[in-house]
Amino acid sequence: MFDPKVIRKDFPQLQRKINGKPIVYLDSTATSLKPQQVLDKENEYYTKYSANIFRGIYTISEEATAEYEKVREKVAAFIGAKDAREVVFTRNASESINLVAYSLIHGDEVVASIMEHHSNFVPWQQLGMLNVWHMDEDLDKLITRKTKLLAITAVSNVLGTIVPVKDIVAKVKAINPACLVLVDAAQAVPHMTVNVEDWGADFVAFSSHKMLGPTGVGVLWGRYGLLDSMSPFLYGGEMIKEVRVEKTIFKDLPHKFEAGTPHIAGVIGLGAAVDYLSTLGMDAVRKHEKEIVGYAMRELSNIKGLTIYGPRERGGVIAFTVEYAHVHDIAQILDEDNICIRSGNHCAMPLHLSMNIAATARASFYVYTTKADVDALVRGLAKVKKMFS
Amino acid sequence: MDIYREAILDHYKNPRNFGSLDKPDAKVEEGNVTCGDRIVMEIKVNNDTIEDIRFTGEGCAINQASASMLTEKVKGAKISSVMKLKTHDIIAMLGTSLTASRVRCATLPLEVLTKAIWTIQK
Repeated sequence: MFDPKVIRKDFPQLQRKINGKPIVYLDSTATSLKPQQVLDKENEYYTKYSANIFRGIYTISEEATAEYEKVREKVAAFIGAKDAREVVFTRNASESINLVAYSLIHGDEVVASIMEHHSNFVPWQQLGMLNVWHMDEDLDKLITRKTKLLAITAVSNVLGTIVPVKDIVAKVKAINPACLVLVDAAQAVPHMTVNVEDWGADFVAFSSHKMLGPTGVGVLWGRYGLLDSMSPFLYGGEMIKEVRVEKTIFKDLPHKFEAGTPHIAGVIGLGAAVDYLSTLGMDAVRKHEKEIVGYAMRELSNIKGLTIYGPRERGGVIAFTVEYAHVHDIAQILDEDNICIRSGNHCAMPLHLSMNIAATARASFYVYTTKADVDALVRGLAKVKKMFS
Repeated sequence: MDIYREAILDHYKNPRNFGSLDKPDAKVEEGNVTCGDRIVMEIKVNNDTIEDIRFTGEGCAINQASASMLTEKVKGAKISSVMKLKTHDIIAMLGTSLTASRVRCATLPLEVLTKAIWTIQK
């Protein structure tokens, strides 16, 4: 088991002080901090083998290509995929989901849960006929013979709810074997062991920047046969076998979906993030998060007038409101002591509307979060209370 | 940095001109759905002057204090001078410095008041 106090030394951002005070970073659900190992690896591309991939015959281009493709293998192994060709690099989880939506959905029936992040809600609303699953009703009522896809998050970015993906996939397939399931795993892959084969899903989307990796890189995993049957989402360079004036033959998977020069350095940095998390061990990552979120739940529950949303058993995120202050004021006052939390609807406006609240404050945790960070939050909230009552 | 200076907290906790008017000449409600701020402005206009004004609503301290201070500022003022108010006037009125993400909280009351005046001028 790792010691968060020790690994904090790997994160340059945590060494910075603003107005002489350290940063208490409690917004890892929005984006994680990056360890030096990831930054060094990303920089290695720019300083040692800075060349385009799949093109040059010269040494550094071959090196860059090998490093880039090595990450595909690493990511595939990390999420339990059988075949690295099922791993497509995109810009972010939103793009991964848009890729599936644009390639597959043309006004078809889609079901998405009310808990979804806008990235796993709006593409289906715009390109399909969206039915919303409120999660308290039976799936039988929503999944019909015509439903093309169910879009579901693995972990809610607001409530922290850990969704039983495997059971839901089994239920959906029992109702309609042709209905596909896309899992938004942006809050799952960074925080717990994920096995896409065990889930039985058809597509899984997540992003690098929430799992210690660089921004600008997303991942789409999809079943080989499905991805192979789909049309490209973007057309351009790198994805071509042959172009004639009248037609084009595309490359095989996964390159068919990676048009244009990708974020090579970012992908290579993601490889270092996967290494970093693998060294910690994903079971240990989850264990630490459970400890911290459990501690925070206990401490916050003791504050009078504070309401926590979501279930007791949860991922590393707590959304809350207090009776005596607006969430923007909470976030602003906490910022005076460099305590970083989010306030707003966290890109989950349908969920907030369904709960009849405009906005929540949200604190979220990761591998480098300590009990001292939680204590700072509690002290900050006491300051808010003093100011507003 | 002291965004929440005493006057802002005072206006937030004890808003001036809070409530509604009997037979207002204009009543406009507007909100910022993403953060839940909501302002209702009611005005009575006579002789191109804001004779009376009330507001209701809910929102953060900056938003509510801005509404309260604005009603005090414009009561008895000529419409033409109210229509000249800009974002920097509102920030000066609050007497604090706002980060980019909070400016909209402060300017919503002025936006709503401007729309209320428009409905009369139409």
